[in-house]
Amino acid sequence: MIKHVAFASVAASLLFATSSYAANTLDTVKERNTLLCGVTSGVPGFSVPDDKGNWKGLDVDVCRAVAAAVLGDNTKVKYIPLTAKERFTALASGEIDMLSRVTTWTLSRDSQLGINFAGVNYYDGQGFMVKKDLGLKSVKELDGATICVQSGTTTELNMADYFRSHGLEHTPVVFDTNEQAAASFDSGRCDAFTTDLSQAYGLRTRMKDPSSVVALPEVISKEPLGPVVRQGDDQWFNIVKWSLNAMLNAEELGISSANVDQMKSSENPNVQRLLGGSEGLAKGLGVSEDWGYQIVKQVGNYGEAFDRNVGKDSPLNIDRGINRLWNQGGLQYAPPIR
Amino acid sequence: MKYDPQPTLPAPPGTLGVVGWMRKHLFNGPFNSIATVVLAYFIIIFMWPVIDWAILSADWIGTTRNDCTSDGACWVFISQRLNQFLYGFYPEAETWRLDLAFIMMAALIAWLIIPKTPFKGWVAAFTLLIFPFIAFVLLSGGYFGLESVDTHKWGGLSLTLVLAVVGIVAALPFGILLALGRRSHMPIVRSLSVVYIEIWRGVPLITVLFMASVMLPLFFPEDMNFDKLLRALIGITMFQSAYMAEVVRGGLQAISKGQYEAADSLGLGYWQKMNMIILPQALKLMIPGIVNTFIALFKDTSLVLIIGLFDLLAIMQASANDPNWIGFSTEGYVFVALVFWVFCFGMSRYSIHLEKRLHTGHGNRA
Repeated sequence: MIKHVAFASVAASLLFATSSYAANTLDTVKERNTLLCGVTSGVPGFSVPDDKGNWKGLDVDVCRAVAAAVLGDNTKVKYIPLTAKERFTALASGEIDMLSRVTTWTLSRDSQLGINFAGVNYYDGQGFMVKKDLGLKSVKELDGATICVQSGTTTELNMADYFRSHGLEHTPVVFDTNEQAAASFDSGRCDAFTTDLSQAYGLRTRMKDPSSVVALPEVISKEPLGPVVRQGDDQWFNIVKWSLNAMLNAEELGISSANVDQMKSSENPNVQRLLGGSEGLAKGLGVSEDWGYQIVKQVGNYGEAFDRNVGKDSPLNIDRGINRLWNQGGLQYAPPIR
Repeated sequence: MKYDPQPTLPAPPGTLGVVGWMRKHLFNGPFNSIATVVLAYFIIIFMWPVIDWAILSADWIGTTRNDCTSDGACWVFISQRLNQFLYGFYPEAETWRLDLAFIMMAALIAWLIIPKTPFKGWVAAFTLLIFPFIAFVLLSGGYFGLESVDTHKWGGLSLTLVLAVVGIVAALPFGILLALGRRSHMPIVRSLSVVYIEIWRGVPLITVLFMASVMLPLFFPEDMNFDKLLRALIGITMFQSAYMAEVVRGGLQAISKGQYEAADSLGLGYWQKMNMIILPQALKLMIPGIVNTFIALFKDTSLVLIIGLFDLLAIMQASANDPNWIGFSTEGYVFVALVFWVFCFGMSRYSIHLEKRLHTGHGNRA
């Protein structure tokens, strides 16, 4: 019996030994010389393969930024497409180093799944799309409207709550999928159409005349989407967190992939610190001194990534809205790099 | 008196050619004529928009969605993405390896299924024993200076074919062994076979795939990673072999007891009896069932999209989510359906041909 216990404890310690080794994600990534990044199997603007099979999107750019910071090369990423159900297991089992897959930051996920959210790269939320020629300015004007919505989702419940709490009447017209709801709205079945805004903009591009459809300013639910790492590896958590923060700070400081080389000689100490002009900051993070420079040079700042993937330079043409920087009226606020 | 036959007259006009065929098959009698006209009306009503959408007012040439100006289908989406639909994310410079592997496979299969080609036995042995290794080296690389290509880059039709072919080729022998095991007189072998078959047949394939992709990694140590494709392949094979076992068992039960007894009375051992007497007859009876299972398996491979593997269907869905191509999923689904149909129909026709060729006048069929 004692023998068995001894054997079991040796086996257990071996097991823990291997997992504590694997817990140092930074070393594992450096040794492998590749970052394993979990993405979606195709969400427009966030992670989707293009004509050449290269992954593109706002979430993908976070993976690229981390690879640029850690390995100095944004192409050293292996993208692992995951379904919604698999994503946390894949992270927990070490199949991926980080997850960047339109994942909403909630208390239960943060506290119960053994994961940490390393920031928010897109503030999503439920919004309403209407035809431009109705001339509506606010959801409050939708009293008595018929609204197309996907059935059995929180979207439907959020809408009911919002309308009730504001004393408004509405007639929901429910559909099995978002695509059907959008198509019915397009054909004039409803006055408005509601879903998470990031999806609503994607669906808008399929409509007959996308430019005739606009989003109302109210966002009635909070869906902060961000990159996720395993709990228990604070160094790696910091690296992912600050890779995203570096992109945000770069935009705030006016550094883009186009001017980063000129900015390198800037006298501004904030710029200096981001681009590696001051000693010691990167050491604490465990990356090379020029990590910030590499991120901005290879991936660009947050604004560039936004415009390129989901914003005004992409077919989705999502309004920057609450994803503007804090000093431009948005929510994107990164702690300073100093 | 001399018998002088009259020259043969030509058939009356209206009984020959298209008109004759139509009179005979479509308009023989008032009721059938009305039925033909009504049905033709409905077919035209319903089919015309489809034909118009798919062919007449479709856009065929171009490179971007802006080239799709008409109301019809936008086949530009398919042609632009064709490489991805076929090869997934396989590096473009290396796709010749996939081509070579599948051309080799097609040639070997053609050799085996075309009657009267020489050395069939050797070719069969090569196909089953050596070719899998050649194909594996070609596809995944890493040897002989071939660049190593990770399985997560495999995708599209080639991944579908890998899943289906491996599933089909591996499930048949396992299935035969399990069926023999289930009919064995040895209690342990029999009960193990029964347990295996009933467990695997009792769970949906989707559960098996989920287990393989979500549960299994949790049981391994953290730094040990089983390839996801391999896990899916093993899951599919184990699942299909249980189904195959029941098809084979059905065939074995159809062989009359006299055959078994005749083989026994000749003094043949168990494996001799099975190999020379029972299985050749039983497998022939099982062809429809086996091919049915194969076709079901081929279509079931698209379930791997729920574990994040990009088979033909999944890669089409991902492509249709590209912001540049959003809204063309109908074309994609039509294309995928057509590809699946071609393969399944091919298998079905071959099985009919095989049944006819192997039909030796025995059995209940006339």
